[in-house]
Amino acid sequence: MTLQFIADGVVAGSVIALGAIGVTLTYSILRFANFAHGELVSAGGYLTLLLAAAIGSGVAGSMVTLEPLSVGWNVLAAGAIAMVLTGALALLLDALLFRRLREQGAAITVVMASFGASMGLRALLEVLFTSKPAYLSRDLAIAEPIGFGMRATADQLLLVAVTAALAVTLHVVLNRTMLGRAMRAVSENPALARVIGIDVTAVVRATWFIGGALACAAGVMLGIVVQVRPHMGFELLLPLFCAAILGGIGSVPGALLGGLIVGIAESAAVVWLGAEWRAAVSFAVLISLLLIRPQGLFGRAP
Amino acid sequence: MLPRATLIVERLVAGYEPGNNIVDAVSMTVSAGQIVAVLGPNGAGKSTLAKAIAGLVPVESGRVLLAGTDITRRAPHALVRAGLAFVPQTENVFATLTVDDNLQLAVAILARGSRAPRLAEAYALFPDLRPQRHQLAGALSGGQRQMLALARALISSPTMLVLDEPSAGLAPKMVTQVIAKLREIRSSGVGVLLIEQNVRAALAVADRVYVLAEGRNRLDGDAGSLAADPTLATLYLGSATAAAQRAIAP
Repeated sequence: MTLQFIADGVVAGSVIALGAIGVTLTYSILRFANFAHGELVSAGGYLTLLLAAAIGSGVAGSMVTLEPLSVGWNVLAAGAIAMVLTGALALLLDALLFRRLREQGAAITVVMASFGASMGLRALLEVLFTSKPAYLSRDLAIAEPIGFGMRATADQLLLVAVTAALAVTLHVVLNRTMLGRAMRAVSENPALARVIGIDVTAVVRATWFIGGALACAAGVMLGIVVQVRPHMGFELLLPLFCAAILGGIGSVPGALLGGLIVGIAESAAVVWLGAEWRAAVSFAVLISLLLIRPQGLFGRAP
Repeated sequence: MLPRATLIVERLVAGYEPGNNIVDAVSMTVSAGQIVAVLGPNGAGKSTLAKAIAGLVPVESGRVLLAGTDITRRAPHALVRAGLAFVPQTENVFATLTVDDNLQLAVAILARGSRAPRLAEAYALFPDLRPQRHQLAGALSGGQRQMLALARALISSPTMLVLDEPSAGLAPKMVTQVIAKLREIRSSGVGVLLIEQNVRAALAVADRVYVLAEGRNRLDGDAGSLAADPTLATLYLGSATAAAQRAIAP
């Protein structure tokens, strides 16, 4: 039996985890399920595409492939800048749409608006870039043995390492900094947070920014190992919510673990059941876990 | 010495929904270094009054002044910075955060240099919290939580403290401890507006008492003279009980 499905699952799971962290943060601070989160992933991919081309044509030598990766440093630098820009896009989305609706108080309106934003952004990406896939890398990536009979490309290993680094950074921010304490406080009790002097608006902005930046990271990674398409984020949406709920909505370590579980379950399904069972399997895992532990892996019991 | 400030509430009208005002033209004054208790039967509007002062319930008319500045309708996070600290009745600590994180969040509004000293002062004032500082606040007993909530409110060096029923749900021994702490706070020059159901505890500690009924000022005076006032019993216990008391009185 080959263990390759584990390596593939961890790679897919890392992308899902990066997106799921954003979903879980938005949910715990703003109390709504943001269905437009997938489009932040796609937007991040396209912003990176544009910036990488700009840097590539402006800076000589930046497109030279960084062996053993399949991309030049222009793509990596573009990804980092795009993370900031996608964070800003998330802030813009909140300022134009979500904040106004949130102030009116109906949670379901905000969720529906996020569906609308999702469709709108996806259509915009299709108009601007067509629905044909684009590539951050056209080099052939070769999967090298990584032990236990598994293989992975250098790009895939980078993806897993970047996910781990971002997750650790976020964990430190949440647990060791004033912003992190404030985010956890607002998530538990927004009224008390205001009473003790926390600027809740600033916390909300930080949440959007972090969620957007991580979604972009997922988009860049997906763009490097697969391709960039207007629907790439939307197709991630279900696994992403599945991971967030599996981990316990509101929990960052939960989203990370949930992402990996969903990723591995999906790639195992492809091996043993066939690709058409992929989405079904992650939901089967979700439903069976929720039957045993309704609050999710790391969720607080109600 | 802390700056001293007087809280003046002038004909305050407030309620959760427009047109349905629970607080109806209430006026009161709390001076620096004074504990002022607000008593009244359930539904008298005591909690709503506290929340309206703290910026959590919309104010329709009237004014709230702190040290001469109009603070009516200011956002809660701005009120803390103006020197008014509010301790809600329930859920007044972050249960999923450690004791230390609860206090750290409250010093965040201070200048960077004064945060660590204020934190140390808070642990000195509430020594029982120190050994628990890495515990989740949710794991504390009711009394310890109330102490943490008080410590958190005091850490920002407020000039005025508004407490919504700090004795609620506490064992009598803990009520005594909270009352003792309020006396300490008073002696530091902070003014305290104390919303209470526990009449005995409130009368024991307060300098001045206001009694509300149906959202209005009903009685006020110094604690000693009000304790002897039969109207208080009538209002508080309801007329039926008061009548019964009169009937069995010798």
